[in-house]
Amino acid sequence: MLPAALRGFITIGKEYKMGQSHISNHIRSLRFNHNEMTQQQLADQVGVTRQTIVAIEKEKYSPSLELAFRIARVFQLSLEEVFAYEEDPVH
Amino acid sequence: MSYQEKKNIVSLISTILIFGSYCGAVYVRYYDANLAGAELFRFWGAVILILIPVTIVAKVIIEIVFIIINRIATKEMEPSFADELDKLIELKAMRMSYFVFILGFLLAMGSLVLQMTPSVMFVILIFSGFISDVASSVTRLYHYRKGV
Repeated sequence: MLPAALRGFITIGKEYKMGQSHISNHIRSLRFNHNEMTQQQLADQVGVTRQTIVAIEKEKYSPSLELAFRIARVFQLSLEEVFAYEEDPVH
Repeated sequence: MSYQEKKNIVSLISTILIFGSYCGAVYVRYYDANLAGAELFRFWGAVILILIPVTIVAKVIIEIVFIIINRIATKEMEPSFADELDKLIELKAMRMSYFVFILGFLLAMGSLVLQMTPSVMFVILIFSGFISDVASSVTRLYHYRKGV
């Protein structure tokens, strides 16, 4: 039981160290180009809370693949036109 | 500040207040009680069994009061569902809570190995339950503020 608990703490520690997302997006500008769509309107269309759209726009949260596709579909764009993956310079 | 952040701050404060008040009440009432043997285990069993429903009821009441006050003050509605971000944060909070409690449980068992009294073991066990609850709220708050 002890090694499992310690492994858990190490895993949690690593996650907190890694932190920043490498996925950027253009959702904010796309919303404005789409008749100044509000965060709440986008959230309603993709089935999440407004808080989640705020977190994605601030790049504090990388959405699931399904949610990313749903967001791209709202703007009638491909996934790469909405999201971009940036390589970690360390690796 | 988002609804979830406010809710977690209220949850954190209520956890500390409820646990503090309960422990204070138990201490004031039983600090001079001289319990031993089966009586001692019965006492600690009752302390834990009463703490659980008291915490649940008090937290539900505080949350209802928070929802009403928040609705009046900000006209903000409570999110009607938990989306993928909420579920992910909840899982991380649960995991943190679990590991903190396991650590407390091991410390409690360690106290028995070190021939401390059963009361010390129960105090560590109850306190680790409290700390794990606090850790859960703090983890949720951290992720809602800093991201996942």
